[in-house]
Amino acid sequence: MIHSLFLINPSGDIFLEKHWKSVVSRSVCDYFLEAKEKALEPEDVPPVIHTPRHYLISIYRDKLFFLSVIQTEVPPLFVIEFLHRVAEMIQDYFGECSETVVKDNMVMVYELLEEMLDNGFPLATESNVLKEMIRPPTILRSVVNTLTGTSNIGDTLPTGQLSTIPWRRAGVKYTNNEAYFDVVEEIDAILDQSGTTVFAEIQGVVGACVKLSGMPDLTLSFMNPRLLDDVSFHPCVRYKRWESERVLSFIPPDGNFTLMTYHVNAQNLVAIPVYVKQSISFFESGSGGRLDVTVGPKQTMGKTVEGVMVTVHLPKTILSVNLTATQGSYTYDNGTKLLVWDIGKLNPQKLPNLRGSLSLQAGAPKPEENPSLNIDLKIQQLAISGLKVNRLDMFGEKYKPFKGVKYITKAGKFQVRT
Amino acid sequence: MEWANQLCENRQFGSKMTDSKYFTTTKKGEIFELKAELNSDKKEKKKEAVKKVIASMTVGKDVSALFPDVVNCMQTDNLELKKLVYLYLMNYAKSQPDMAIMAVNTFVKDCEDANPLIRALAVRTMGCIRVDKITEYLCEPLRKCLKDEDPYVRKTAAVCVAKLHDINAQLVEDQGFLDTLKDLISDSNPMVVANAVAALSEIAESHPNSNLLDLNPQSINKLLTALNECTEWGQIFILDCLANYTPRDDRESQSICERVTPRLSHANSAVVLSAVKVLMKFMEMLPKDLDYYGTLLKKLAPPLVTLLSAEPELQYVALRNINLIVQKRPEILKHEMKVFFVKYNDPIYVKLEKLDIMIRLASQANIAQVLAELKEYATEVDVDFVRKAVRAIGRCAIKVEQSAERCVSTLLDLIQTKVNYVVQEAIVVIKDIFRKYPNKYESVIATLCENLDSLDEPEARAAMIWIVGEYAERIDNADELLESFLEGFHDESTQVQLQLLTAIVKLFLKKPTETQELVQQVLSLATQDSDNPDLRDRGYIYWRLLSTDPVAAKEVVLAEKPLISEETDLIEPTLLEELICHIGTLASVYHKPPSAFVEGSRGVMHKRLPARTGSGESTESPDVGTAAGGSAPEAAPSIIPSQGDLLGDLLNLDMAPPTTTGPPPPNTGMQMGGMDLLGGGLDSLMGDESEPLGGDIGGSPAMGAGFGAAPAVMPASLNAPVGGGLGDLFDLGGGVGMPMGAYIPPKTVWLPAMKAKGLEISGTFARRAGVIQMELILTNKAMSVMTDFAIQFNRNSFGLAPAGPLQVLTPLGPNQTIEVSLPLSTVGPVMKMDPLNNLQVAVKNNIDVFYFSCQYPISMLFVEDGKMERQVFLATWKDIPNDNESQFQIKDCHLNSDAASSKLQGSNIFTIAKRTVEGQDMLYMSIKLSNGIWVLAELRVQAGNPNYTISLKCRAPEVSQCVFQCYEAVLKN
Repeated sequence: MIHSLFLINPSGDIFLEKHWKSVVSRSVCDYFLEAKEKALEPEDVPPVIHTPRHYLISIYRDKLFFLSVIQTEVPPLFVIEFLHRVAEMIQDYFGECSETVVKDNMVMVYELLEEMLDNGFPLATESNVLKEMIRPPTILRSVVNTLTGTSNIGDTLPTGQLSTIPWRRAGVKYTNNEAYFDVVEEIDAILDQSGTTVFAEIQGVVGACVKLSGMPDLTLSFMNPRLLDDVSFHPCVRYKRWESERVLSFIPPDGNFTLMTYHVNAQNLVAIPVYVKQSISFFESGSGGRLDVTVGPKQTMGKTVEGVMVTVHLPKTILSVNLTATQGSYTYDNGTKLLVWDIGKLNPQKLPNLRGSLSLQAGAPKPEENPSLNIDLKIQQLAISGLKVNRLDMFGEKYKPFKGVKYITKAGKFQVRT
Repeated sequence: MEWANQLCENRQFGSKMTDSKYFTTTKKGEIFELKAELNSDKKEKKKEAVKKVIASMTVGKDVSALFPDVVNCMQTDNLELKKLVYLYLMNYAKSQPDMAIMAVNTFVKDCEDANPLIRALAVRTMGCIRVDKITEYLCEPLRKCLKDEDPYVRKTAAVCVAKLHDINAQLVEDQGFLDTLKDLISDSNPMVVANAVAALSEIAESHPNSNLLDLNPQSINKLLTALNECTEWGQIFILDCLANYTPRDDRESQSICERVTPRLSHANSAVVLSAVKVLMKFMEMLPKDLDYYGTLLKKLAPPLVTLLSAEPELQYVALRNINLIVQKRPEILKHEMKVFFVKYNDPIYVKLEKLDIMIRLASQANIAQVLAELKEYATEVDVDFVRKAVRAIGRCAIKVEQSAERCVSTLLDLIQTKVNYVVQEAIVVIKDIFRKYPNKYESVIATLCENLDSLDEPEARAAMIWIVGEYAERIDNADELLESFLEGFHDESTQVQLQLLTAIVKLFLKKPTETQELVQQVLSLATQDSDNPDLRDRGYIYWRLLSTDPVAAKEVVLAEKPLISEETDLIEPTLLEELICHIGTLASVYHKPPSAFVEGSRGVMHKRLPARTGSGESTESPDVGTAAGGSAPEAAPSIIPSQGDLLGDLLNLDMAPPTTTGPPPPNTGMQMGGMDLLGGGLDSLMGDESEPLGGDIGGSPAMGAGFGAAPAVMPASLNAPVGGGLGDLFDLGGGVGMPMGAYIPPKTVWLPAMKAKGLEISGTFARRAGVIQMELILTNKAMSVMTDFAIQFNRNSFGLAPAGPLQVLTPLGPNQTIEVSLPLSTVGPVMKMDPLNNLQVAVKNNIDVFYFSCQYPISMLFVEDGKMERQVFLATWKDIPNDNESQFQIKDCHLNSDAASSKLQGSNIFTIAKRTVEGQDMLYMSIKLSNGIWVLAELRVQAGNPNYTISLKCRAPEVSQCVFQCYEAVLKN
């Protein structure tokens, strides 16, 4: 099982270590740091590293490396999932996941890690359960604690720990009972030079913020559940009812959680909300080149496309750019060779355009690679797959809750080749 | 004053309520200050002090000096303080065992507390204190907690058994905790069941042969019920445990599959992959015409695709596993090619894996799409990725014949880009395409030759030289081209030198008149001016071949080469089956069986897919080439390596270094006398003495790699000249005559120094003058002296046991090596092992006890009086039922039947009679094992056919496999 955890910052300093079995010397991280040195980007460090005595499984998240040490055969996915859970826990407790936050709350992080694993076996990873055992810090509570001498640690058994609904604590009480759902869809797509879709799919998430008293039992149904053939559910969802009736029936955790993720297949036609006309060319002589990019709306279902942003990784030999944007503004970082054009809202009457010249370093040959464009965008009140929530019913409790559904479509890994 | 201080502190606390304040005391007297605070009367101050101590600990500062002061704070009813002290204890108890004992009383008391949280906390913490003395006190409280009324305590106690086992396995067994743990599998609470399964699985890993997780239909049912109700992590443990079960029939298999399928929709990817493992394994048992089989196949695709939209690290592990799945069942993902298309911002490790899978899924239907993508990738920035993409195009050409033409033209386009590394990769893969489709694409050679000068990598240069040599007759200026390479001969890498030598010899054989000078030049460069033995030897071989028999040389050097296989990169089927059983584990990430790399390799059992019940297509037919070791991840022997050059065809010198195994010596006179009585025509034996020498050049296979790795044996026609040329090689390394003729495998490293605190053990087994000996080499690679060596064996299949103590009388100093020979007896306790000839060994010295396992050749158990009377043989052969007969093939053995027979006799395999039927020699042989089991054999040898057929009959058929391995080992050495 999971032996130890090290948190490492991008410059390679270990700033937290936790051992669930015997202590493993931090020198074991040298193998990892070596691999990190070799990798071009921190994202490129291989997630599983073999050392003579241990296995190192790591994730890179929020600009931090979470590195776990393994000594026996353990499913690597189990470890990676757990590491992400640690990152989420830190985020959940302290509002962000960063080196400063961890350092500022060192002891609490340490206590939390102790509760999450026992001898490397997961103990309590549900945020609801953890929060009952170790209360998240608030200014008010700290003041109260210091004055009264009480502590952050709960001294009763968390109710969720052993029930068959470990994700929900008992005795939840709200004055305003509300349940909000967010349907967020991300389009992953690759478009080729001519604008033809090489590949496109939709990754959808139904997130929920449920603040309901007692033990509510909810049923969420969709107008068109047929779209959903590839889904994964939060453990609270009753799979049998989904199989037979295509409704989501569940007793929700308290607070924020991901109810369901789904995946709309590449075989179904995926609507692409924007088109990009571009040409990036370099002169044969090698002294420079031209860039011309236009973005326009395509299948937007009548909604406005906002937050449009184009990112181009220019070749290493580019020295400078001289461009003009008809809308929005652009920035170019010569260190990372990253050109970012922030367009904002897309106006169908007047299409935004960015054009101008690129100059190469003196003597550099014509670049060989074709830079590709990454697009960011956002469409409010639309799920691009067409998914719509039909209704939400509550059983088991008497009160009338506030209900709401919000839709949003974003670009995921949306790439245009040149 | 005191009051004012307190107020100040409170204010500070209120304004900046973070833990960073615990680090502010970095002055000299830090420890001293903390000590004072820990001993303060004020609870709050104490707690703050302990927090400061913990904070220092988390960043790796040594605060062990405060041990007594912190432990004093333990007696408290404040849960937070208690937890903090426990955290400290767990970290430092090991370094202060005597002090840690002070804490025991509190633990024992806490285990009786009314609050289950405290009971669980106490038992949990006690298990984490890895001090022997504490362990003893732990047993009683643990026993109580395992039967606690509160499931939370029981579930914590279950994990504690695993912890305790890690510290003191014997104690856990003696105290009967394992049985209690097994009982918990039937607990009413799913969380308790999950933890019990997890704990048992972890314990079972160090006890490969124990029946800890003895699954039967009842327990399976309980696990399946718990599966629905426990946490996501518990589901992983239960699914992994289920995967080890073999259902009785296809109906049970189907019902388990039905109950596992809902897990495919779980949000936790580890649950999904573990479920995939169970389904992939149990599917094997379902009849293919069953409707449910098709339904299941369809259900497997979406979850696998979903894994690819997760975080990149998860994607990586998923992709490594998908790679196995598409090899086993390509139909699952055959329509999902597009999800493997590489995205610009994928991390490089994801890109490379996706590329691999794309090639595996490539078929005539989607090849156009794939090629367009690959061409796109070949213009990316990342050099490694571009190279792999170019190689992928070549692999597509070899895999999908219809696409070959398009692939070649794509490659030519890429060559036109003149990007150096693209050109070089392209040339390497075009060489393979030539080998796959001879006489089809040679028209492009001219284009390739244009790029000769830009090649600076050895592999590309070697490939180009191969092409020039192979097609010398089509390239007008082939001699000029090769000559230009020859100028810098000594600066080239070995790979290029070898290839150049071969290419020029080919050229000479094709155009002898114009190139005589050139070939002389290269031969003298190779044989006289080179320090590289491989090069020199190859040079000599060619030289002799050319000077003695040019016609034979032509036949050998310009022989028709076997076509390259499209499956070169596929995982060998038995290994693939094993890996499918390990989906989701590290083994599946590394594509190696767990035995190849799991710590200590404590005899991990090889897993096999279950066979279909009651159907003809059994998955377990013995695969001769590889069934033995399973630890050789190389491709199956029938597959031609893609780097196939002439060297491989001719003689694999570099694969067969001289080993300490000598050539089989002539048989002793006494045995010869016995032979003559048979009148079986072994007369020619004595005259054949030079024969074994030639046959031995092929080298002996490494014992550790299993006997499966077939050694390269050279064609018989080459024996004589080579024997002369290689004489010096044998004088250097081998040639140590053995007193007895028994086959002795070369020594292999059994216990690497890394795993045994500096002690390295290598060894082998031998039978000398009727005594079985374990020959060990102990090397001390540590800095300190080692003494007090002792050895012990686990129970094993043939009751092997040390017949005396391990004779290491003098202490072993650093960097010293000692050779010991340990006589073995066969009267020890017996337990069947898997594989049969597995032996688990424990070696102790003053530092620690180390465990390893090794496999002995069963031939050392063949006793000297194993020769059966002819009549008895006949009767016995008839008597043993035909079901017990197994047949194997021994490939590439170039001995004649008499030489084989005498070789085998050296290892106490006695030939009883010989019959010749239609040019086929049938040898009848008998073997007696040390435990009295008789094995009868019929060896069929056909003149001119290097493949022998052997039939083995024995009342205990399970030994046949091992005996066959011995035959192979003996005959090939």
